[in-house]
Amino acid sequence: MKAGRFDLLLAKDVGEAVKALQTEDAKAASGFQSLGPMLNLRLAQPRLIVNLTRIPELSAVEETADMVVYGAAVTHAAIEDGRVPDAAGGALARVASGIAYRAVRNRGTIGGSLAHADPAADWPTALTALGAKVRVAGPRGVRRAPVAGFVRGAFAPALGEGEVIVAVEVPKASAAARFGYVKFCRKVGEFAEAMAAAFHDPDTGVTRLAVGATEAPPQLLEGDFADLDARLATLDLGADPVRQRLHRTAARRAMAEATTGIAA
Amino acid sequence: MSGKGVGASIRRKEDDRLLRGRGRFIGDMRFTGQVEVAFVRSPVAHGRIRSVTAPEEFRDHVFAMEDMTGCDGILAKCGIPGFKISKQFPLAKDKVRFAGEPVAMVYAATRAEAEDIAATVSLDIEELPANYDMREAMKPGAPLVHDEWPDNAFLEGLVDKNFDAMEEAAIKVSRTVSTSRQCMAPIEGKGCIGVWDRQLEQLHLWTATQMPHIVRNGLADTLGMDQRQIRVVAPDVGGGFGWKGMLQPEEVCVSWLAMHLDRPVKYLEDRREHLVAASNCREHHYELTAYATEDGRLLGLDAVAHVDSGAYSVYPFSACLEAAQVGSILPGPYDFGAYRCKTYAVCTNKAPILPYRGVARTGVCFAMELMIDAVARAAGLDPMEVRRINLVKPEQMPFRNITGKDFDMGDYPESLRRAAEMIGHDRIRERQKSAEADGRKVGLGYSTYCEQGAHGTSVYHGWGIPMVPGFEQSQVRLTPDGTLEVRVGNQSHGQSLETTLAQVANEVLGVDPEKVNVIHGDTAMSPYSTGTWGSRSAVMVGGAVAASCEKLAERVKHIGAHLLQTSPDHVRIGEGEVRSETGAVTLKEIAATWYLAPQHLPGDVNPDGLELTAGYRPKVDTGTFSYATHAALVAVDTDTGFVEILDYVVVEDGGVLINPMVVDGQIYGGTAQGIGTALYEEMPFDKNGQPLASTLADYILPGAGEVPAVRVGHMETPSPNTRFGQKGIGEGGAIAPPAAIANAINDALKESGVEMTVSPITPHRLLSAIMAAETEAAR
Repeated sequence: MKAGRFDLLLAKDVGEAVKALQTEDAKAASGFQSLGPMLNLRLAQPRLIVNLTRIPELSAVEETADMVVYGAAVTHAAIEDGRVPDAAGGALARVASGIAYRAVRNRGTIGGSLAHADPAADWPTALTALGAKVRVAGPRGVRRAPVAGFVRGAFAPALGEGEVIVAVEVPKASAAARFGYVKFCRKVGEFAEAMAAAFHDPDTGVTRLAVGATEAPPQLLEGDFADLDARLATLDLGADPVRQRLHRTAARRAMAEATTGIAA
Repeated sequence: MSGKGVGASIRRKEDDRLLRGRGRFIGDMRFTGQVEVAFVRSPVAHGRIRSVTAPEEFRDHVFAMEDMTGCDGILAKCGIPGFKISKQFPLAKDKVRFAGEPVAMVYAATRAEAEDIAATVSLDIEELPANYDMREAMKPGAPLVHDEWPDNAFLEGLVDKNFDAMEEAAIKVSRTVSTSRQCMAPIEGKGCIGVWDRQLEQLHLWTATQMPHIVRNGLADTLGMDQRQIRVVAPDVGGGFGWKGMLQPEEVCVSWLAMHLDRPVKYLEDRREHLVAASNCREHHYELTAYATEDGRLLGLDAVAHVDSGAYSVYPFSACLEAAQVGSILPGPYDFGAYRCKTYAVCTNKAPILPYRGVARTGVCFAMELMIDAVARAAGLDPMEVRRINLVKPEQMPFRNITGKDFDMGDYPESLRRAAEMIGHDRIRERQKSAEADGRKVGLGYSTYCEQGAHGTSVYHGWGIPMVPGFEQSQVRLTPDGTLEVRVGNQSHGQSLETTLAQVANEVLGVDPEKVNVIHGDTAMSPYSTGTWGSRSAVMVGGAVAASCEKLAERVKHIGAHLLQTSPDHVRIGEGEVRSETGAVTLKEIAATWYLAPQHLPGDVNPDGLELTAGYRPKVDTGTFSYATHAALVAVDTDTGFVEILDYVVVEDGGVLINPMVVDGQIYGGTAQGIGTALYEEMPFDKNGQPLASTLADYILPGAGEVPAVRVGHMETPSPNTRFGQKGIGEGGAIAPPAAIANAINDALKESGVEMTVSPITPHRLLSAIMAAETEAAR
């Protein structure tokens, strides 16, 4: 199939994008790796597409003492290749390198992935475990929100009318921090059947476990994991016992990797 | 001779353009004034059409069946007693019988605009209950797909050979085995362009097909035209696997519209159409009971097989092709004394099932090979050993099996022995005695099969179908500069025929394959042929090219001998020359003499010149029997149900290989598709008959990451019946993997009692079975 008719605006700055996105049936786009197929299948038929990739600040990366701020239009490939600093000692590059296929990573963006809000996508779960925040610009200025909870449901980001993700803040991890990441895909590059990201920093005592690729938004567990199975029992892993076991296996293996450094 | 003929692994001539992206496929073609077509397809699996309406402003751009004056339904006749014939109108008329069936055709300047108009067409369809399960469809009271039929069976069959007295057997094992519905998924889908040639008063249909002449036959029938008014051309075709071995309703529609509008009309199938409405295949269901002695010697097999044939039999023939073959080929390469098989080709509300690479054999091999392992388990023997003792032995060759199949030559147990040796059978059995470091379970599985290829007139004439292969012809022409044109009526859609047929010409005439053009896939440019299917090209077309080159060689030698002032008995041909004991004259000089200096020709020269047509059919045309053993080593993660193929070995015997590298490529590609059948590919349907995998995110094809480096071992038992001893082998790779992999998984999980008998073995299916076994064990 071919996409239906739409107008395309190449936004020059955030203000122009925010203004355009307040019109009816407008949709923001950057890498087009999720929106493109939906347009071609006519599952999405927006009247106006606001392209964000030509806004300079959305491709910028800023490093401070305690975080790295990634412009929303930074591509997965740029993160994978180390062309931008990695806030979590290689964890981001690892996540990026497993997203779909290289052709998708060349164009797909970190902000686009969050805004698309697919529960099986990599960034919503991985960035939840890493304690990241999004910066959202809108008609009333810029606000910050944790990635945890940003995906409210399948394809339902916590974005108001005219709002657009402009950047992602990822806190820097300590040298001792470890990251565990496990996903089960039917084939290389395919969307995950189950996915878990775990973060453990022995210096600060922070431990987080995010479980994605369920029918629910990514779910976050924090604090004491002495009885991991009991914690996992609190998650909504759907009604299918087979899928539940797959999710629990992913979670256990991610936690094992984050706490011992070895994937179980 | 020159090291480039039969048996040489020369590089593929066609790759220079194909690998550089310079091929010319339908999608690359554009004609001046061309319009594009989109189809409005049925949203329901079964229903009565009340009306098809388009807004007034687009009325001239929208066509339903009633608008297609002069166009009849597609009729795939079959003379088998009891076969029920289905008539498929290219655009559904009165009733729709599967979701995705074309109901209206829309044209516009571009596909996108045609889709815009298609979205405005409203279909009023009274939905009827759909047959989504072939066994339910055979029960009394099931909704009828074709109202005029008494039931939903295209055909029922029964093969019964000595099936008595089985109750004495020490071992009796019963299993239900099934293979899921698949789509063939060639890289290039369907596509065609119709053009009315005013000068020739001829319809030209450029189409992605495997059989241009058969498409022309069917088009002429359906459109009520003379064949002289139709030319069908296949340009580069990006894979077919059977999907392009038929007359497609869209080809009829595009042809009609091109004539109606007197404008070029193009249609290019997209992936969604391909998945939901097109190349369905493979859906088999078996109830099997095997009988054996306590030491694993097979005594008999009793089977009931259902094949979900979908809503129509496509042209030239599809509906009972698989079910009827199941009855005759289920015994596989095994020698046993009693056999009974009841078959049902069931009509359902799904897209028609089509013969996909391996036609029926993949399901049959899956069923039979799982039963061999089941017998082994019951006997407490290694499955390899049970295979070995039951395979037909070399000293029995040529062998007529229980269903009357004539196996030409071969040493089947040796292929098993070599496969076991290559994969390291004893080492793996030792390894299985201790736990794996990563906690996974490893298993070893085998599958042995035979592949009948290039079956001819004697096999097909009894079917009463519109396509009975006879003699195959080839035309050759030595051009004035001594290069060679070879014209053949089949079609190369990835098989390397431009290379391998040039090698055959080289073998006979000594012309460098680089100086041979193989011209194919065009009804106007080639002899008639049923096309490329059934692993027939190497045997049939290879034989025809050899026959035509041999006749040409005689004429060339006659002129050459005259130029060398000797007699034809005293010359031979090779490396582009005719040689006598004292001298040589090149083919170029001989050709130049014929065309440019005929005054120097011998007085008794053959006036028919340096171009001719010759034909070929093997004396025994019941088919060649290539065979192979596949061995798979897998690791199963019992917490996830994910399977990794650690090693994969194929030991095959395709007789004399024209180009062994090309055969290896066929084996790799076929094996990849077989891995898809084993672990990934499935087109599920819901209870309304809706196909549930409409994109490649849902329909999982194995990629480079999922297909291991297959290790191939060759055996060579020449066929006594073919020109060079070659056998058909194009399909084989796709036949054995599901069985080998399933047997390996079951071997890995033997202790837990898990036994998978449904393909594909998805992680969900496997983990579900593992959890059920755990629950059972805990009880």
